[in-house]
Amino acid sequence: MSSTQQVLAAGPGVLNRRRRSSWHRHLHGSEFAWAIAFVVPYAAVFVAFVVYPIAYGLWMARDPSLYRDLIANPLYAQTVVNTVLYVGLGVNVKMFLALLLSGFFMRRRWWIKALLPVYILPWALPAIPAFVSFHWMLIGEEGLVDSVLSALFGIHGPLWFNDRRLALGSNIVAYIWKWMPFWTLTFLAGRMAIPQEIYESADVDGASGCRRFAHVIFPLLGNLYLVCTLLSTLWTVGDFTTVYLVSEGAPSYSTNVLATLGIHYAFEAAQPSLGVAAVMSALPVLIPIVIILMRTLRTREVQL
Amino acid sequence: MSVARTSGGPALRPRYRLRRVLAEVASVTLGLVLLIWSLTPVYNMLLIALDRDEGDIEFEGIIWPPDPSLHSFYTVLTQGYWLVEDFWHQFGNSFFIGLMTMFLTVLIGSLAGFAFGRMRSGKGWLVVNAPLLTYAVPASFLVIPFFRLMASYGLSNTLWAIIAANVTFATPYAILILQQYGKLIPIELDEAAQVDGASPVQVYRRIYLPLMTPALAAVGTYALLLAWNEYLYQYVLLSSTRNMTVAVAIAQFFNSDEAPWNYMMATAIIYSLPPIVIFYALRRYMAAGLTRGAVKG
Repeated sequence: MSSTQQVLAAGPGVLNRRRRSSWHRHLHGSEFAWAIAFVVPYAAVFVAFVVYPIAYGLWMARDPSLYRDLIANPLYAQTVVNTVLYVGLGVNVKMFLALLLSGFFMRRRWWIKALLPVYILPWALPAIPAFVSFHWMLIGEEGLVDSVLSALFGIHGPLWFNDRRLALGSNIVAYIWKWMPFWTLTFLAGRMAIPQEIYESADVDGASGCRRFAHVIFPLLGNLYLVCTLLSTLWTVGDFTTVYLVSEGAPSYSTNVLATLGIHYAFEAAQPSLGVAAVMSALPVLIPIVIILMRTLRTREVQL
Repeated sequence: MSVARTSGGPALRPRYRLRRVLAEVASVTLGLVLLIWSLTPVYNMLLIALDRDEGDIEFEGIIWPPDPSLHSFYTVLTQGYWLVEDFWHQFGNSFFIGLMTMFLTVLIGSLAGFAFGRMRSGKGWLVVNAPLLTYAVPASFLVIPFFRLMASYGLSNTLWAIIAANVTFATPYAILILQQYGKLIPIELDEAAQVDGASPVQVYRRIYLPLMTPALAAVGTYALLLAWNEYLYQYVLLSSTRNMTVAVAIAQFFNSDEAPWNYMMATAIIYSLPPIVIFYALRRYMAAGLTRGAVKG
């Protein structure tokens, strides 16, 4: 359980915790009852709103012919490709930029400190207004982006939602815009937990800029980065709002992701079982990710 | 290796200074890019909301509203148009959902986080990290079974259905954060209190909660923003106009034949204000929490 990482993240107090936790491991009878009592509210939520709906969903999508229908449907295949692109590009670009920008926000300048609250605004702004605004910015000649392009450079901007690649890209950019600040803050906290002496000794050893990032910061934040990327992947696979509001699946359903396709089947095409089957087909990928996440958290302590 | 760099002598100085200037220019440029990047969609919202005319937007080539007016904000606040006639009621619904989600997530999450983190039961990683299993099936994947289930729980078309869904998906992350932050608080405090005869409930209330305030603020903000960002469950589970939230009402504009987009954007801007205010109010606590962690390290 322990590693130098943990000591770095949580300070010297951790060293003697190890000895204590073995004492703590054996709870007395009444304490065990209390521990159970503290967990009961969450356990109730978990059973009623996680276990039961999942079981119900699997039961709804139990018919193998549903999956045959899905695989035969070219829309489904395209949606899977879109989901992979959306999650793969969206999550990784976002996380990497967030990691780099957290370093930028570590700099001690007054204007960088003043910039941080503005930079966080996308996260504080609710998703609906933000994505509706993105939709209108890119709506075509009337949109702000094309207006700026023609006013400043005299270019006729593209019709963003008439081209599958541009529409998919718009979704990804909107997604990165919305969620990058949250992860930047997480990495910023992680960086602040790195003791100042490490930076100083790296400086003395002549490691600065890229070398400091590659050999000092990345190894120290590696676990945090892994955990955050896994969490973010899980959340993004289920992202519905971005695609539903920014590109609306346009042009002609070619930018749907699994979440919007499932809802489309269930509520617009009135085939709820097919909708559940479409989204449940992602489980073989998601469950291993959760297991890796849980094991990472077990074997290595991560400071969030 | 450590000496090699510093003994370079004065010959390296001008190059070093040039590099510093370049770094400064680069960081100012980056700052400007980030400013534009963060504010453009917000500016776009204002641009549309400040337009005086109802109906179609004629924004071709326009990057500043020709005749800015607060007329649309006035219309929304006085509920002067049929699509916004229940605005204040729906606003109240959104508030209720947000605050209840925040409260229940902090309560349930801190109870479970306390039990998992402080009263180690030795059941290992599987039990302690079990909440994360929730994320094996993303929220949007569960909405269809949820829709059916809420009918059997007698919660269909109620705000509690939304709150239940939000709490379900906010709590696992809350427990994770609280457990991690809890490691910064010495377990000796709990033990000392126990020696003095404090029951687990007293340890939870008198020691755990006060010391965890920054983390609780972070988790509460997270839950509130999750509720305020959430759209799918509200869209699927709430059917009557009276039970609708502002998020659903905004999306309703897309379904209507008329297109008062300035009203829609005005609604969206007003809807955005509460979480922004609460977020910046709680940010001090969050920052305090983060830096305290840093000081400990």
